[in-house]
Amino acid sequence: MAIELRDESRMIAAILAGDGRLFHELIRPYERRVYAMALSFLRNEADAEDAAQEAFLKAFRNLASFRGDAKFGTWLVSITLNEARSRIRRRDTIKMQSLDEPPDEQGQSVPALLRDWKEIPSEALERKEVRLLLQKAITALPLIYREVFQLRDIEELSVNEAAQALGISIASVKVRLHRARMMLQKNLAPQLKQIAPKRRWLAWL
Amino acid sequence: MVIECKHVWEHISGYLDQTLPPDVLEQVQKHLEHCEICSAILDSTRNILILTADDRVFELPLGFSERLHARLEEEIRKMKH
Repeated sequence: MAIELRDESRMIAAILAGDGRLFHELIRPYERRVYAMALSFLRNEADAEDAAQEAFLKAFRNLASFRGDAKFGTWLVSITLNEARSRIRRRDTIKMQSLDEPPDEQGQSVPALLRDWKEIPSEALERKEVRLLLQKAITALPLIYREVFQLRDIEELSVNEAAQALGISIASVKVRLHRARMMLQKNLAPQLKQIAPKRRWLAWL
Repeated sequence: MVIECKHVWEHISGYLDQTLPPDVLEQVQKHLEHCEICSAILDSTRNILILTADDRVFELPLGFSERLHARLEEEIRKMKH
């Protein structure tokens, strides 16, 4: 069932009134989203699965504190974000030094120059090679860019929601998102071009 | 006013999100009409965003749902007691 057609507030009220099992149904549409977020932050499947499970458990335990003024999905995103961030902090303390030192936000990099990228071939994503390349590029973004990119371009939060979830200004969201997109373009465009096999959709690169 | 390529690159994100002020939008659009390089950069950025937003990029590991719901079931049962 499409998320918009479900009456989530009624489901939540029923869960809080004692029908705990309904929680299984409530979260089903969000499983992939929560996992994807955790994975892009933690860069490791096992850690991501663990963090995703923990986020869902926390959502269940704290369901009573969910206020209807945000969407349930957005609330879940912020729980996942907190969970992933606190794990990264723990990991970084162990590592002593973070790999995610924010680079200069003012600097401008030159995008990858290429011509004639025309249509998106949906077949491209059927290839594991391409999916892995995309995953790698996203997870390789420095954290401050990765989190903005994840919230805006993957979870499709609004600029305001992303700013709120991350505790940064709207202007920072915009600047970081732009940088993230340009980093991905620079990294991915040449790689996608290189691995493109000589197939009928070669023309798109 | 004519703008250079590097200034257009600064506006790619805003262009894709349709948040550019009308005067800037007009300059960027004019530039794109005759600059193949910037048009290609814009297209590749747009395409990469479409690709990265696709559900198939981050697929759930095998058995993810089963393990998750088993763990939740335990929790739900605990709450009842």
